[in-house]
Amino acid sequence: MADLSVRIAGVEFSNPLIAASGTFGFGREYGELYPLSTLGGISCKGITLKRRDGNPPPRIAETPSGILNAVGLQNPGVDVFINEELPRLSSQNTRIIANIAGNTVEEYCLMAEKLSDTDVDMIELNISCPNVKSGGVQFGTSCESVGNITAEVRAHCKKPLVVKLSPNVTDIASIAQAAEANGADAISMINTLTGMRIDIETRRPIIRNNTGGLSGAAVFPVAVRMVWQVSNAVKIPIIGMGGISTWRDAVEMLMAGASALQIGTVLFSDPYAPVKINEGLNEYLDKKGIGRVSELTGAVVPW
Amino acid sequence: MKYDVRQLRLLSNDEIADGIFDMRLEYGADELPVSCGQFAHILVPSKTLRRPISVCDASDGVLRLVYQVKGEGTRILSEMKPGGTVDVLAPLGNGFRLKKGVRYALVGGGIGTPPMLYTAKLCDSPLVITGFRSKELVILQEDLKAAGAECVLCTDDGSAGKRGFVTDILRERAGDYDEVLACGPTPMLKAVAALCGELSKPCQISLEERMACGIGACLVCAVKIRENGEEIMKHVCKDGPVFDAREVVFNG
Repeated sequence: MADLSVRIAGVEFSNPLIAASGTFGFGREYGELYPLSTLGGISCKGITLKRRDGNPPPRIAETPSGILNAVGLQNPGVDVFINEELPRLSSQNTRIIANIAGNTVEEYCLMAEKLSDTDVDMIELNISCPNVKSGGVQFGTSCESVGNITAEVRAHCKKPLVVKLSPNVTDIASIAQAAEANGADAISMINTLTGMRIDIETRRPIIRNNTGGLSGAAVFPVAVRMVWQVSNAVKIPIIGMGGISTWRDAVEMLMAGASALQIGTVLFSDPYAPVKINEGLNEYLDKKGIGRVSELTGAVVPW
Repeated sequence: MKYDVRQLRLLSNDEIADGIFDMRLEYGADELPVSCGQFAHILVPSKTLRRPISVCDASDGVLRLVYQVKGEGTRILSEMKPGGTVDVLAPLGNGFRLKKGVRYALVGGGIGTPPMLYTAKLCDSPLVITGFRSKELVILQEDLKAAGAECVLCTDDGSAGKRGFVTDILRERAGDYDEVLACGPTPMLKAVAALCGELSKPCQISLEERMACGIGACLVCAVKIRENGEEIMKHVCKDGPVFDAREVVFNG
């Protein structure tokens, strides 16, 4: 039995698997299937200062080996999260990451302040949501704006701060460096890749928002490449995500440079994926005689 | 536990009308109980998303799912052979809420007809009005009669049963019934909801929307609902698929 625990910015996770924001709600539904402590952590559904109703449907389209989604950050708002969801979540013996998104830098700061006085273990700065008109990814596509928002939120945030990066950029390594230089404790990546599907009968985009974010196995190689590039450019830990579907993918992502992992889309086909990935990881480590999962981080031997 | 993933043995998977298949899965007494109007979320090999399919019947240890081949996923499903297993996440959603002593009129349009079979079995001598485009697509009439329902069939082109829409029949017959339960294409549901509103008849409708998790975590299958004078986004998988017709904001 290998040691699956990992440490990110001083926070210990019992295993490297974290539910990815937006795929797991606030844990209620998957909690019907297995204890939430099966996961090292949960990155909660992205929250905003005020309640948001999200985009009109359809919000999803299937693609080869993946999905496009444009939910549009439907959530009950930060106060409801703190008062009605967090008390239940913080007693589940898993780490809780609050994922926050705002229309303005001030909104991000206000939410970080509110959450600093709660039981959340980390705050994940969502500057990479492709599906909202203002806010979201507009803060995440230049070094200057990423540096600025990271510094501002850092000044208002008493919790470890994770900056979640968009892959829809020219040079993700320099964006990660901007986050690191301005106080990010960790990077999580990648958010979805912007995509589009069109119904050839109706000539309408399948998603009502016209475009959406691509996730699932289709994006995995892109995510591995980007995690590897960023791990060579920063010293802070990386939470790697993007299409992880099996324990083999998990090993690969760790080798690329991730210290922990988020899984999302795979839950829709297999709700028990976290259980299976942890089992597979453990068996792999035992078979290879590796004592701790953290030894896999950055273990790739590049040509 | 409310729902779980099970590997169910496929007993049969036959084409019962043009492009419409009848899948029967072994569903023993130890499985989670299913109520009428709920759905099962079926894993399609090689696909990222499960396919939500309404429960047609769940009696006698058999889970019956009647579905239409609409794309690649349902085509793969239709090619699955008896003897193998099907990965099923079920039972999901909130079905029709039935009360004792209430006289129900059930309305099924096209591939919205299957959930009306199990519903009819749980109602006391219901009226079941079903409508289809043409006779090639007519399904489940004998099953509905065997369930003790009075069946009225209509088709758009008159090739089977009466020519016309389900709402024409419902308008004539609604007076003898207390409540309407409906499932079918959105234009039909909209018309049924409007008619029931006009007749001040309670009406429950079962909705469909593109879905991912099936349990209420991912929030993709949104539907606009009027609640306490406010319009809010609810979700077909967890809050529905059955809603009070008066609360649904169509084309929201």
